[in-house]
Amino acid sequence: MPSDEEDYIPWIQQFCELFGHDYFVQVSQDFIEDDFNLTGLSSQVPYYREALYTILDYQVETAEDSPQDNNSIPGTANTTATTNTANTSSSKKEAKNELPNKALLAHSAELLYGLIHARYIISKQGLTAMASKFERNDFGSCPRYFCDGMHLIPVGSTDIPGQETVRLYCPCCNDIYIPSSSRYLNIDGAFFGTTFPGLLVKMFPEIENQCRIRINKFSANDFGLKLFGFKVNETSASGPRMRWLRMHPKTDEEKEEYENCEFSVPKWVSDSDMEDANDDDQEDGDDLDDDEDDEDDDDEEENDDDDKTMASE
Amino acid sequence: MADYITDSSSDFTEYWIDLFLGIKGNEYFCDIDDEYIRDRFNLTGLNQEVSKLPTLIDIITDLIDLDSQPEDQRDTLEHNARILYGLIHARYILTSRGLNKMFEKFRNGDFGYCPRINCQLHPLLPIGLNDSPRVASVKLYCAKCEDLFNPKSNRHAVIDGAYFGTSFPAMFFQNFPNAIPIHSKETYVPRVFGFKLHEYSQLNRWRHLQRMKLESRLVKSGINVSNVNGGFIEVEQRQEER
Ligand SMILES: [Zn+2]
Ligand SMILES: [Zn+2]
Repeated sequence: MPSDEEDYIPWIQQFCELFGHDYFVQVSQDFIEDDFNLTGLSSQVPYYREALYTILDYQVETAEDSPQDNNSIPGTANTTATTNTANTSSSKKEAKNELPNKALLAHSAELLYGLIHARYIISKQGLTAMASKFERNDFGSCPRYFCDGMHLIPVGSTDIPGQETVRLYCPCCNDIYIPSSSRYLNIDGAFFGTTFPGLLVKMFPEIENQCRIRINKFSANDFGLKLFGFKVNETSASGPRMRWLRMHPKTDEEKEEYENCEFSVPKWVSDSDMEDANDDDQEDGDDLDDDEDDEDDDDEEENDDDDKTMASE
Repeated sequence: MADYITDSSSDFTEYWIDLFLGIKGNEYFCDIDDEYIRDRFNLTGLNQEVSKLPTLIDIITDLIDLDSQPEDQRDTLEHNARILYGLIHARYILTSRGLNKMFEKFRNGDFGYCPRINCQLHPLLPIGLNDSPRVASVKLYCAKCEDLFNPKSNRHAVIDGAYFGTSFPAMFFQNFPNAIPIHSKETYVPRVFGFKLHEYSQLNRWRHLQRMKLESRLVKSGINVSNVNGGFIEVEQRQEER
C-alpha cells in the first residue's frame, strides 16, 4: 500500500515527470486494475507481478530488501543468475526467493507501464487525455514550413518494444518525423504504438479540419527550386521530382483520377504504348481515359437503370 | 543589443568577420573573402539597403575600428554592418568560391539534417523565400524530399532569408550534380489495428500514380530515373503501396 509520507509521489506521476517522458499521459488506476486491459502482458514483462505492484505503488520486496533470506538458502545468493530456473521451479519456497534486484524491477516496471500506456491511449479515456496534450502542442509542431505549425502526434513504427524509438506523425503532410529534441531519442515507439495517430485523427475530426485549412492555404503555392526567378524544369536532375509526395487532387481531372484510386492504382498506358500525339503534359488525362473501361461499365449499368425506369413508365 | 561586441579594440587579432561568424546563431554563414567585399562591382545596388556603405565595408574588412566611430552611432553601424554582410553573403554564395565553402558546410551538416524519417538524416541547405531583405526568414531545403523546413533553433529561425537568397540551392546542385540525392519512394499511411486507413490509402495510391506518371514522362524524354542522382531508389521486390 502507498506509504504515509507527506512527500509521497505516486510511481506513475514520477515516471511521467522524468526528463523526456512528457509525451506520456498518466494511465488511470482503474484501467490498470482491470485485468482485461493487461491480457497477454505477463509473458512480455519479466517479474510481471512485481512490476505491476510497483506501478500501483504497492510495497514490493527486492533482492536488496531481504539479504538474509537469500543467504539462508545456499546457491541463491545471486538472484539474477537463477532467474531462468524460476519458471521451472515448482517449489513455492524457492520461487519466493527469486526476487528481482532494484534495477531490474525498475526496468520491468517501465516496460510494463509503456505497454499498458500504448493500450490506454487507444481507449476512449486515454485518447481523450492524449487529445488534450495534442491540443496543447505537447508533442511539438511539424517542422515542414508549409504545414504552418501543425501539431504532431507520437507514433511507433512497430508495436514490439525495444525495436524503434518514438516518431511523430503529421496529419497534414501525412509524414513521420524524428522528434526535434534528443531527449526523446531513447523513448520506445512501442509505448505509443502504430494505431494511435490514425485513431486520434478519426476520433477527433477537428484535426482533419485543421489540416484542410492549411492544405487550402498553400494549395496555390507549389514550391520548386528557382534559379534567378526561373523554375528548374523537371527534366533537370535537381528539378521537381517529389511534388507527388504532398499533392492533393485539385482539378476535376485529378479528382476523377483520385476516385479511381479507391481500391488500387489504376493501370495506365505505359510510355511504350503511348502515341506521339500524347506527348504534352496536358495529355495526362488521356492516358487515364484510355484506361477507364471499368468506369464505362458503371456508366452503362446506370444507363440500364435509366432504361428500366423509362420502360416502366 | 547586448551581445554586440564593441569592446574588443585592444585585441586586434580578432577580425570583424571571425567575430561575426563566431556569434551563436550565425553558423549558416560562410566566410566571405575580403577581395570580394572590397570589389565595388559586387556591391552594386546595396547602398539602397544600408546607409554609410563605405564605412560599413571598412568595418567588415577591419580597415576601421568601430571604436573610432562616434559612440552614439556604434550600435547602428554594427547592426548595419551585419545586414550588409548578409546581403553580400547572398551574392557570394552563388560564386564558385562561395559555393565551395557552402559545400563544405553542407557536408559537415552545418545547416542540420532533414527531420523526415524517410530522408534518413539527409543534410539541408539554407534558402530564402524572397531576395529582398525583411520579407521572410531563412528556411531549410531538403533535396531528398524537395521540401522546406523551419530551422529547429530560434536563433536560426529569425535570420533573414535574403542573406541566402532564392537561387542558392538550385545553383548549388547545378554546380554539384553528384550532391543531388536519389529520392525515396517510401510513404507513410496511418494504420489502425494493422489496417491502413482507407481514404489515406486512396490518397497515397493517387500520389504514387502521379509519381509513376512523372517517371514515365521522364523515361520518354530519355532520362534514366532508376537509382541515379535525381532519380528514385529501386527496391527489389518492393511492395507497391496498396
Ligand atoms: Zn506536416
Ligand atoms: Zn527530406
